[in-house]
Amino acid sequence: MSAGAKREERWLAPAMFLPAVFYILALVGVPLVLAVLYAFSDARIGGSGFHLVGLENFRSILQSPGFRKAIRNSIVFTLSAQVIVIVCSNILATALEEPFRGRGLVRFLILLPWVAPVSLGTIGWKWILDSIYSVITWVLVALHVYKPYSAPMWLGEPNLAMASVVLVHCWRLIPFSTVIMLAGRSAIPKEIPEAAAIDGAGFWRTLFQIKIPMMTPILSVAVLFGIIFTFTDMTVVYILTAGGPFDSTQTLPSLAFATGIAGSDLAAGAAISLFLVPVLIAVAYLMLRVAHRSEVA
Amino acid sequence: MAVVETRNLTKVFKEGELGAVNDVSLATEEGEFLVFLGPSGSGKTTLLRMIAGLETPTSGEILIGGQLVNHLSPRERRIAMVFQSYALYPHLTVYKNIAFPLKAQKVPKEKHDAKVQWAAGLLGIGRLLDRKPRELSGGERQRVALARAIVREPAVFLLDEPLSNLDAKLRASAREELEQFQARVGTTTIYVTHDQVEAMAMGDRVVVMEKGKVRQIGTPADVYDEPADTFVATFLGSPPMNLVSAGGTITGFRPEHFLPARAAAIPDSVPMRLAFSHEEYLGAERILYGTLADGSCAGAKVVSRIASTHAGVFAKDTTYDFAVEKRHLKLFDEATGIRKR
Repeated sequence: MSAGAKREERWLAPAMFLPAVFYILALVGVPLVLAVLYAFSDARIGGSGFHLVGLENFRSILQSPGFRKAIRNSIVFTLSAQVIVIVCSNILATALEEPFRGRGLVRFLILLPWVAPVSLGTIGWKWILDSIYSVITWVLVALHVYKPYSAPMWLGEPNLAMASVVLVHCWRLIPFSTVIMLAGRSAIPKEIPEAAAIDGAGFWRTLFQIKIPMMTPILSVAVLFGIIFTFTDMTVVYILTAGGPFDSTQTLPSLAFATGIAGSDLAAGAAISLFLVPVLIAVAYLMLRVAHRSEVA
Repeated sequence: MAVVETRNLTKVFKEGELGAVNDVSLATEEGEFLVFLGPSGSGKTTLLRMIAGLETPTSGEILIGGQLVNHLSPRERRIAMVFQSYALYPHLTVYKNIAFPLKAQKVPKEKHDAKVQWAAGLLGIGRLLDRKPRELSGGERQRVALARAIVREPAVFLLDEPLSNLDAKLRASAREELEQFQARVGTTTIYVTHDQVEAMAMGDRVVVMEKGKVRQIGTPADVYDEPADTFVATFLGSPPMNLVSAGGTITGFRPEHFLPARAAAIPDSVPMRLAFSHEEYLGAERILYGTLADGSCAGAKVVSRIASTHAGVFAKDTTYDFAVEKRHLKLFDEATGIRKR
């Protein structure tokens, strides 16, 4: 190789890398640094002063009942959505694995919620769950399950609101998870479940002792991705309930937005959003470990 | 131990197409080693999978131990199967792989260890029990698959080309071991292969299949010496039986019976003349290629197989006297290919 080619190679790799680095620095790095900086300051939207105030913001956040509620809601939201998503996407993947007439169409339809923009889908759900125009309520009334005046307010009662937010989020995540599960299942050679059937294993034993363990690497990828998507999501909450009623569906991201942007207390909002960081770091670490392990195996 | 029987068993995968298995009726004997032999696409694996319960027959009956099992699931048929790929559970240790059928069949837990040790001991894999399948060689995986099959003492073993993933040397020793192992446990065994050497060496009887149909069932000597039709005659034997046709009849004779005239100085033989073209030296034997020189079948390609100790020297494009003993001539109908005599 000539010296020129060698020199070229030395620069080529960094040059190819640069756009990605720039992108990450500009859209992730700078905001993260700003968030850290703000979190230790008294910055406010429209305010001109900027003083570092140490841990003051964190102290006041930790004492606020709204923040503790948001943490609890975030955990409930994330965990319950993950459980529902994993169970449902497993069922769907099992059903979609067997060939049947129209399977392609069904697969396409199931994927739609993932392809549609979050905000549009969620606005659709807002109408479906509306206190006056809800089609669900209309159907339940028509079936005489409820009287028109005592019908449930899907987004107006704390527990129902939380359930609605979780289910709408699941509606959105299930397609994504199903696709991952299908990929994971198709990676299992067809003799393995056959061998299990001959060895005497029934449906459940084959599922839980053979198929799911063999899918563990890809299953963990689905769970970890799901945790990130759920834990950091604020679109669904913001559009459906905006955190209400009485903060009962406020999660960390929506509280950070409500405090920092809507409430113009930039410093407090930044401090709240920093609480997402440890969870996300832990998830990122686990993802890398899973990826590494499946590479080795 | 049990007898497996099929009655008019047919499997059609796509409507309107020829069945992958067509009207197959056969029965094993108690403790027999029965081999399904055929080229790929002959339906032998489909037939085995129907017996296992992994494939639903289009029509016909399957009986195991005299009981109709068509509507029973694989686990209710008391069979064990070894797959071509072995289909070991990759996330379980060898021990847990072998114990899996016991767990699945709800054998009491305290009996597991003794049974696993017994099966592992029988196959000489006791020291591998803590390993995962990916840490094993091909031969070791095959033994684990066998151990998993025998551990719950099934009524019937079904083996689907279990040796085809092994290298040639290992295959020969594994073949011998498998044969002795079957003789020792005495369980009725159905073995699928496309390898005629395996079929001849291991089978008590061989079922020769082609295009979903059974062409012949018989002992290795039967199917080799008395082929039922021209397919069986040419599928078995390497090089295959010589077939020359004349006057509506195909005459067949094995290369090893087609010998230089002096070597076959036996009464009651049919003289032929061979226009020699070339020869292959294979160590223990020599294969002579050429065409018949005169008579009604002149020009037909024929092959002779002689011991390499034979002193004869053959020159290209020269004609030599050969002969076949009359009792080694097999006659087939030219139109149907079916044996006449």
